[in-house]
Amino acid sequence: MNARRAAILIAAPLGLLYASLFIGRFAVPPLEVGRILWAHLAALPHTWPASLETIVVEIRLPRAVMALFLGAGLSASGAAYQGMFRNPLVSPDILGVTAASGFGAAVALLLSSSALELQLISFAFGLLGVLLTYMLARVYRTTPVLMLVLSGVVVAAFFGAMLSAVKYIADPESKLPAITYWLLGSLNAVSTRSLAMALPPILIGGTGLMLLRYRLNVLAMGEEDARALGVRTERVKGAIIVCTTLITAAAVSVCGIVGWVGLVVPHLCRMLVGPDHRALIPAAISVGATYLLFIDDVARTATAGEIPLGILTAIVGAPFFAYLLRRTRGTWR
Amino acid sequence: MSGVPRTADAASRAPAERVVEVRGAGFSFGKRPIFRALDLDVRRGEVLTVLGPNGCGKSTLLRCIGGALPLEEGVVRIGGAELESLEPAARARKIGFLFQEHAPSFPFTVLDVAVMGRTPHLGLFGAPSSKDVGLAIDALGQMGILHLKNRPYTDLSGGERQLVLLSRTLVQQPDIILLDEPTSHLDFKNQVHCLQAVGRLAAQGVTMIMTTHDPNHAFLFPGRALLMSPGASPAAGPAEEIVTSAALSTAYGIPIDVLTVPRRTGAGEYRFCTPW
Repeated sequence: MNARRAAILIAAPLGLLYASLFIGRFAVPPLEVGRILWAHLAALPHTWPASLETIVVEIRLPRAVMALFLGAGLSASGAAYQGMFRNPLVSPDILGVTAASGFGAAVALLLSSSALELQLISFAFGLLGVLLTYMLARVYRTTPVLMLVLSGVVVAAFFGAMLSAVKYIADPESKLPAITYWLLGSLNAVSTRSLAMALPPILIGGTGLMLLRYRLNVLAMGEEDARALGVRTERVKGAIIVCTTLITAAAVSVCGIVGWVGLVVPHLCRMLVGPDHRALIPAAISVGATYLLFIDDVARTATAGEIPLGILTAIVGAPFFAYLLRRTRGTWR
Repeated sequence: MSGVPRTADAASRAPAERVVEVRGAGFSFGKRPIFRALDLDVRRGEVLTVLGPNGCGKSTLLRCIGGALPLEEGVVRIGGAELESLEPAARARKIGFLFQEHAPSFPFTVLDVAVMGRTPHLGLFGAPSSKDVGLAIDALGQMGILHLKNRPYTDLSGGERQLVLLSRTLVQQPDIILLDEPTSHLDFKNQVHCLQAVGRLAAQGVTMIMTTHDPNHAFLFPGRALLMSPGASPAAGPAEEIVTSAALSTAYGIPIDVLTVPRRTGAGEYRFCTPW
């Protein structure tokens, strides 16, 4: 990857992050945002009202940072799975993590749990769902990718049905709308605390994917080839599944179900930097972060109310994917 | 490349170094025995051609020697070391594998694919260095396909792709290369290209074991042949002694003649077999 491209990939999400702090229904002058942030590093006289500081530091900053990590994590996970499954139609929820996390969140909402409990329950169910998929796919101490995909379909269908059951018994006046809105996906409720809980798993998973990105190239040549090249395919696949599951479960537990990002962004990046995962994973992290933050800025500023994030990512993602499909005629070049 | 320069009589030279030793090997799928009590030696710089009808266990034997399938009984030693004692990466530094068919995935460049041969020489989180890229360029040059290096390998013909994968195997710098029916999906010209590449490698001292459906391949390289047939014990020896009309007719169950004709170039004789 050349230096100019690397500089753009680093600058784009950071630039948009800064812009996201002064864009919004309550306008904050851009320079004031800079002074407020700087005041946290150096002693500056507070010449601005406390309400401005609250909006920038406690409301917009955690939300924007979460948007960056959500987009980066889902995109990197999607790119990794597409490589590992050798299939460009795979997204991070292929092993049932999203369905299971969504079910966990719905149960928490049904039980009127606190935000913290919801996040933990949803995260735990996400991990549980993928564990079930992995165990179901185990054949003679190996996990063939086809078995993984089919097991993921089964587990996702099961948790999908359980989710429907929860919705069915939920109080249609209060609980059902809460569950429905939550599942549509939103960064509305992100706080410093929920951000602090979601970041470690996303960082750990993301670091793992960055470290293993050359192995992804070898794995993308097929398992038989990878084994012949001395790769312990079961271990590497297991490590990649752990990484993407940590990321996706943490993301869903905070933000609800945000689809299409993990499917579309890796394709866009493959068009930009090619299929080599050494460049593709960093590109997916940067483009995914920028894309999701941009979508979230639209979600919170376009209308008087909030537009659920999952709706926007699908409205943007589906036509873009349709364009890719037509342009490449299914050959994914 | 690793290996010593090969001389014309290397295969027949008395105690040449044994690169592969198979002792008392046995394997069965369920209750169906594939081979049993098989002993085999492959010497440095030799091409061992493995022949036999469908289902006789050629590919299974190759996979057992390569460590992709565990033997049920017996032992395989590579350069004196027991195969089972080798870590996957250490094994891949000794044994390269060219499979009969490769389903391409993403449009990696030819050079990227060749460089992947360095994987067993890298750490878990490692990536190839410029030195590794240099080795890959050398191997592509050796295979005569350096001009393809920036092309997506998914765009190539089946024959060119086999040469790319053979280059990747060379970049592994293994002591031995196993080829599983490397020509079975190739057209006539590409078969010739692939086999010529095998011949050039053999001339440079690379040890190879190749399974094939075409008994004629046994006559192409100075080396021995292994004829496997269901229900009979496998026979190994010089191609001229093993690949005979009688042995082929028995193994494949149809009458097959082995004929000799003068070479097109006029130098020596050319041996081939035909069922017609």
